[in-house]
Amino acid sequence: MLDLHEIIFIVIGAIFVNNIVLAQFLGCCPFLGVSKKLSSAIGMGMAVTFVLTLASVITWLVQVYLLERFDIGYLQTIAFILVIASLVQFVEMVIKKHSPDLYKALGVYLPLITTNCAVLGVAIINIQKSYGFINTLFNGFANGLSFTLALILFAGIRERLEDADIPKSMQGTPIALITAALMSIAFLGFSGLI
Amino acid sequence: MIYAIICLAALGAIFGIVLGIADKKFKVEADPRIEEIVNVLPGANCGSCGFPGCSGYAEAIVAGNAPLNACTPGKDEVRQKIAAIMGEEAGEAQEAKVAQLMCNGGKDRAVLQYEYEGVDDCHVAATMFKSPKACGYGCIGLGSCVKVCPFGAIKMGADQLPEVDYNLCTGCGVCVEHCPQHVLKLVGVSKLVHVRCSNKEKGKDAKAVCEVACIKCKLCEKNCPEGAIAVVGDAGNSIAVIDYDKCTSCGICVTKCPTNALEIILPINAAQKMEQPVNPNAPHACQKCGLCQ
Repeated sequence: MLDLHEIIFIVIGAIFVNNIVLAQFLGCCPFLGVSKKLSSAIGMGMAVTFVLTLASVITWLVQVYLLERFDIGYLQTIAFILVIASLVQFVEMVIKKHSPDLYKALGVYLPLITTNCAVLGVAIINIQKSYGFINTLFNGFANGLSFTLALILFAGIRERLEDADIPKSMQGTPIALITAALMSIAFLGFSGLI
Repeated sequence: MIYAIICLAALGAIFGIVLGIADKKFKVEADPRIEEIVNVLPGANCGSCGFPGCSGYAEAIVAGNAPLNACTPGKDEVRQKIAAIMGEEAGEAQEAKVAQLMCNGGKDRAVLQYEYEGVDDCHVAATMFKSPKACGYGCIGLGSCVKVCPFGAIKMGADQLPEVDYNLCTGCGVCVEHCPQHVLKLVGVSKLVHVRCSNKEKGKDAKAVCEVACIKCKLCEKNCPEGAIAVVGDAGNSIAVIDYDKCTSCGICVTKCPTNALEIILPINAAQKMEQPVNPNAPHACQKCGLCQ
C-alpha cells in the first residue's frame, strides 16, 4: 500500500520539477505580494504548507466519499472552494484559541490563503492524477514546501534588490516580475529529472 | 440533480454548523478597550514603546504590562486619553525627546579616506572600511535616517549632516536604531548643549581626521560647575559624555572646548538669533561668550 518510491517521486517532483509557483504558475498573487520581507515570506510559507496539507486530505475525502459516490463530479470546483474556505476559517479559530503565538506569527496571511489558487489547484491535481490517500497527503505537503521554497528564494533576492542600483523605470514591481520570470526559467532546468 | 442539491446543501450545512460551534467554543474574549486604545494611538507603529506596533502596546496596556506613558510620539495628549480609557491616573509626563546628532563632521570638516560613489545608503557605505570618512565613528551623511523617519522630521543640511525638525520629531527613535554608526541619540528637547563628536580615538588621531573632534583634553570636565560632563573611558577609547540629568545647558563647556566639539544646538525652527541668553533659569546663565550670535 505504502509505496515509498512513488512518494519520493511525488515529493521531489512537486518541489523541483513541477514547482507550484515557478512551473505551474499557481499562487502568483501571494508570491508577488508577500515576498518583500524574508520573515513574512517564511510565515506565509508555513501557513500555506499547513493549509495545503489539510485541504488536500479533506478534499480527497469529499471527492471519493461524496462526489464520486453520488456521481456528481461536476460539482467539484464549488464543493472544493466550500471546503477550503471553511477549513481556513476553522483553522484560524483553532490556532487563535490554542496557539496565540503561531496566530500572531501567521497574522493576516492565514485568511489570505482562502483566495490562494494554489490550494484549489493542488486539490484538483490530486484528483486528476488519481492519487490514493497517502499520496494525496504527501503531494499536498510537498506542494506546500515547493511554494515555501519559491517564496523564500524570491524574498531573499528581493531583499537584496532593495539595495541594488536599479534604473528608475525598473524599480519595484517591474524588476520583481523579471526576477520571477528568470527564476521560473532557472527551474526549467529541473524538468526531465523524473 | 436531486443528489447534487442534497449533497451541496448538506456540505454547506455541515460546514456552517461546525464553524458556528467552533466560533462559540474557540471564542477568544477580546477586551474592547484594546481597540479603543489602538484608535487613540498615533498609528505609526514606530516601536519606540518597546512593543510590536501600536496594537501590541495597546494589548500590553490592557494586560497591565505596560506603563501608560510609553508612547513618546503621542506625547501628553495620548497619555491622557489612554488614562481616561483605562480609568487610571495618568502617569508622570515624560519630557519630550528628539533625535540629536552626535557628530559635527560635515562636509569640509571631516577628512575623507576615499571617494564613495556607491549606493546611496549609509549601511552599504559603512561596510567599506567603516565609513568613507577617515573618522570611523562619525556620521556617514548619506541620509539613511532621512529615509527611515516615519514622520519626515529629518532633512539633510547644507553640510551634508542630517538636521532634525523639533516640531516634527516625536522622539520615536527609529532613526537611532537604524543609524549604522550610532551617532543619533534621543535627548530631552530642552537640552541645548551636546557633545557633537563620537570619535573615541586619542586626541591627536581624532584631530587628524576631523576639525571638530573631541580631543579628550578634559577642559570641559574641569570647568563644568555641575560636574555634568566628563571624559569617560580608557585612553584610546574615551569620549566626553554629558550627564543630561545634571546638565543645565549653561554653555560654559562650549566656550572652553578648544575644537568646538561641544556645541549649543538650537532648534532649527527657533529664532536663529538668540536675544535671550541660553536658558536664563540656569544657575550659571549667560556667559556672554557671543557664541549664540
